[in-house]
Order: sequence, then structure tokens, then C-alpha cells
Amino acid sequence: MPVSVANSRIIYEALKSINVGLISALPETWLVHLTSMADEDPDMILVRLNKEEEGVGISAGAHFAGRKSVMMMQNHGFLTSINGIVSLSQLYKIPLLMMISYRGEMGERDPWQTQGGISTEPVLQALGIPYNKLSNPDTVLKELAAAQTLAESSQRPVALLLTRDLMWEE
Amino acid sequence: MQRLEALNTIYPLLKDHIVVTNMGAVAVELYSLGHQPNFFYLEHSMGLASSVGLGLALCLPGQQVTVLDGDASVLMNLGTLSTLARYHPANLIHLIFDNESLLSVGGFPSATATGTDLAGVAKSSGVEHVAAADTLEDLDQAFTAAVDREALSVLVSKVEAVGPASFAMDIGLLENRIQFGRFLQGISSKS
Repeated sequence: MPVSVANSRIIYEALKSINVGLISALPETWLVHLTSMADEDPDMILVRLNKEEEGVGISAGAHFAGRKSVMMMQNHGFLTSINGIVSLSQLYKIPLLMMISYRGEMGERDPWQTQGGISTEPVLQALGIPYNKLSNPDTVLKELAAAQTLAESSQRPVALLLTRDLMWEE
Repeated sequence: MQRLEALNTIYPLLKDHIVVTNMGAVAVELYSLGHQPNFFYLEHSMGLASSVGLGLALCLPGQQVTVLDGDASVLMNLGTLSTLARYHPANLIHLIFDNESLLSVGGFPSATATGTDLAGVAKSSGVEHVAAADTLEDLDQAFTAAVDREALSVLVSKVEAVGPASFAMDIGLLENRIQFGRFLQGISSKS
């Protein structure tokens, strides 16, 4: 599977550097290594979800408990979480850091991913969610730290899109 | 059994719990019994009260977390019961008031009115300790047992489909959120 282990490790180490202590996730091809790294880390609380919207609630609980979290999902998971994002994170002003694998962008071969790819950025924009695309492993830590800082200072959801350039090797 | 009576029965125990409610009648009725800074009323995001409770319970293992929920909210996020079962935090009680109705929006029957058994769903999802408690006496016993058990418990209580005259609450969403956040900050910094 040509998902980049090296870049997944860089992202995971960056999450540790910014003190993320809880990850909620749903299995997704691009996130397999990240999910395994979280599973093997005794200091990380990994919550495997049935549906991504649960993660919005779990991250809110973690925030109230003083634990930094990240919600890790495919862009279709983001699309299915919108009510929670709007009526919990945004309504109640609760920071939410989302790491979203950006399927369906340039280079996508799976036809079933393509519509979600086209909709992802317009939906983020419509919701007023600040986002950044991560494609360079050298700047992952800086960009993750910046996204977490903005989520906490603005008390809002912030998204990072994990691109094919970062996650895929072939 | 009326939900307000049921809440009144367990209310004395809730002062030591971190409490998350779903939207609508449960929130209003708990508030009417006396607000406390450890109560968070989730006034929207139907279905996510139990997810918020799970996040709190996993991150604050030394605190008792109680989620007060409703049948329609749980039906909207049925997968939550298997996620609760999977992580089964010992400090979480999920009490579901089942009035078989979407009462707050006009009283339309929910799927528990046509045969869905939420206690059965919880059990089949893998929750070990599930109890149906449909009288005040049973609820009192089941809730006390759940607190003493120190294991994830899901309780389902059938209640009448009656609610408060008004859903207005004299506390703002953000006021409640900030107060609850500050209360928990105090707990987190001590633990």
C-alpha cells in the first residue's frame, strides 16, 4: 500500500509535539499508519468511531476535560459531520482541530471519491471554517501548530486537508 | 412515571456528577430543579450528548459522568451505543428517558413507539450492564446501583410523553458553556 509511512510518522510526531492526547478516527486508507501509530502509543487515547459526527462530541468532551484532541477522517466523514460541527462546535464556541484526508482531488483514480473531492473546499468555505492544505512534510509541524493555535484562540473548528502529495507514494 | 419526577428522584446524586443532557424537555426540567455549574445542556446537535459524555469520561477517569438522554436523540446516533460499549468507561452512566415521542417538536411517535427496544439495542451493542427502570423505585435502585458499580451502565426509563409548558431557559447557551468549562477547569487542575 503506497501510503507514506515516513510522512505519516512526521504527522504523528507533530501531533505529539503539540500535545494532542486524544484522536478520534474512522478507518480510511490514507490514515491507516496514523491510526496504527495512535493505537500503539500508550499515552494516546484513540477512539475508533462508527460515524465521524460522534468525534465532534468526543472532542468537545475532551476540550472541557482539558485534553487536546484531533478528529481524523476522510473528507466524506467531514461531510457527514456537518450538523455536529455547526450545532456543537460553532454554536457553543468549542475549538475543534480536524485533519481530513483530501480524497478526490487531482490524481484521484477512484471514481467514488470524486464528487466528495469537488465539494470539500466549497463546503468548508460556506461554513466559514479556516483551512490549510498540507502537502510538504517539512512544514507539517508548523502548520499543525498554527491550526491548533487558531482553533483555540478563535474557539472554532479549523481544518487541515491532507493532500495526495503528502500521503501517497508511487 | 413522569420524567420530572424521575429527574427529581436522582437529582440529589447528580450534584457530584458531571452531567450532560440532550436538548428539549430533559434540559428544561433538570434546570427547573436547580441549576448547578456541573450541568451542561446540549441544546442542539441531537444525538451527541452521549459522545460528549464519552469524551469527558475517557479524559477524566476520576470523575463520574452522567448523560441524560432521550429516545429520539439516541435513535439519531444509534452507533453511539456500540462506541460506548467498545470503550466502556467505568465512570459513565447513560440514562435514556424513552417517551416514545419527538415531544419537543409536536409529539410525533419515535421508532420506540413501534417496537424498537433501546435497552435491547444497548445490550446487543455489547454494553454489559443495561437495565430498564420504569418506576421511580426501580430507577432509584438502578441509578444507585450504577453509581456503585463502577462500570459503564445504560439505563432506559419509559416516561410519559409530557413536558414543560415552555422550553425557554433563563441561562444562555454560552453562559452555560463557559460556566461548565470553568467548573471543569477547576477539576482538571486539581486532578
